Amino acid sequence: MREDRIYSDIPGTYVFDPQHSMQGYHLNMFCMSLNKPENREKFRQDEESYLDRFPLTPEQRQAVLNRDWVGMLRLGGNIYYTFKIAIFDGLSMQQVGALMSGVETEAFQKMMVDGGRPIEGNRFKSEWHNNG
Amino acid sequence: MADLFAGIGTSHVPGIGAAVDKGMTQNDYWKPLFDGYEPAREWLAKEAPDVVIIVYNDHASAFSMELIPTFALGVAAEFQPADEGYGPRKVPTVQGHPELAWHLAESLILDEFDMTIVNEMPVDHGLTVPLSITCGQPEAWPFKVIPLCVNVIQYPQPTGNRCYQLGKAIRRAVDSFDRDLKVAIFGTGGMSHQLQGERAGLVNAEFDIAFLDDLTRNVDRLVNISHVEYMRESGSEGAELVMWMIMRGALDDDAKELYRHFHVPASNTAAGLIILENP
Repeated sequence: MREDRIYSDIPGTYVFDPQHSMQGYHLNMFCMSLNKPENREKFRQDEESYLDRFPLTPEQRQAVLNRDWVGMLRLGGNIYYTFKIAIFDGLSMQQVGALMSGVETEAFQKMMVDGGRPIEGNRFKSEWHNNG
Repeated sequence: MADLFAGIGTSHVPGIGAAVDKGMTQNDYWKPLFDGYEPAREWLAKEAPDVVIIVYNDHASAFSMELIPTFALGVAAEFQPADEGYGPRKVPTVQGHPELAWHLAESLILDEFDMTIVNEMPVDHGLTVPLSITCGQPEAWPFKVIPLCVNVIQYPQPTGNRCYQLGKAIRRAVDSFDRDLKVAIFGTGGMSHQLQGERAGLVNAEFDIAFLDDLTRNVDRLVNISHVEYMRESGSEGAELVMWMIMRGALDDDAKELYRHFHVPASNTAAGLIILENP
C-alpha cells in the first residue's frame, strides 16, 4: 500500500518518488542496460534469458514481456527508462503515449496538434471519477 | 572580466533534434516551430558568446539510478554525444571550458552550493537539442559549453528557489573570473508536458505563457512554484522548468525580454523559447 502524498490525487500520473524508486530499481536498470548496442542485441535474440540477468519481480518481468507500458510505471518503472524498451521496439513517444492513454496513435497525434490534453478536467482524480 | 550578458530558456524535446538530423525542419509539422527559432539563431550568431553554460537534465544516459547527482558540473575539455538507444546523434563533439568550469566549481562550493564535479560525461538530447535549436547544423559548435546537469527525474527535484539561488551564485562566480569572456546561460527543458501514464499529452498553454511573462514581470511567483503545482498544472515532466530558474537567477533582476516563441506541439510537448538580456 502506497503512502498518500500531496501529489497522489493527480490522475493518470506515477510520480517517480522514493517509494517508486525502491520498487523499480532493477526494472529501471534493466531498461538502462539497453543503452548498449551489445545488450540490445542479446535482448533481441532472447528476451526471456536476457531478463534472467536482472532480479525483477514476476509482475515486472511479465509487464516487460507484455509491453504493458502503464503496468511498468505502476511497478516502479520511470518513463525515461521504460522508453528505452520503446526505442528498442521502434516506437515513438507519441505511440507510447497513445498506448498508455488507451487511444489510437492517430487520435493521440490529433489531440497534440489540437493543443494537447487540456488541463481542465485533468487536475484531480476526483474529476476523472466524476466523469465515469 | 568575464561578462554574463544574456540567457535563453528553451525546450529540449528529442523530436526537435531528430527533425534537424533528418532534414524535416521545413515540413508542415515542424516549419512553424523552426521559423520561430530563426530570429534567436540570428541574435546568437551576432552576439557570438565565447562560452555558454547549458543547464539541462540527463535522461538515463550519463547517469542512471546508480548515481543521482542533484547538480553536476562538467569540467572536461570535451563531451561526446550519448547513445540513448538509437546510437549517438551525429552532431559535433561538445567542447568544454575547463578553466571557467573549475572556477565555477570552486566558487560555487565555497559559496555553499555542493556541486558534483564530472570529468567523464556523455551528453544527451537535453544538451545537444538546445545547441541544434540555437545553432543549426554547423561543422563545430560555435562556442565552448559548460554542462550543468540537474536531476529532474527522481523526485524530489531541487526546488525552484534553490535553482534560482544557484543561478545567483553562478553569476557571482562568472563575475569573479578574471578573463575577458562573453558568457551566456541556457535554461532548458519544459514547457508543459507529460510523457507518462494515462494523462500523457497534457499541455497547459496558459501556464506556459504566464511563466514566460513572469520571467520578467514576477520572478518571485515563479521561484515559489511548488513541485506539486508544476506536476499538476504543467504535467509530470513540466517540473523541468526549475532549470529555467537557474538561468533566470544568473541574470540581472531587471533583465529584459528580447524575443519569445511558443508553439504547440513539438511531439508531446509545448515548446517555448525566450531570450533575456541584461540591461
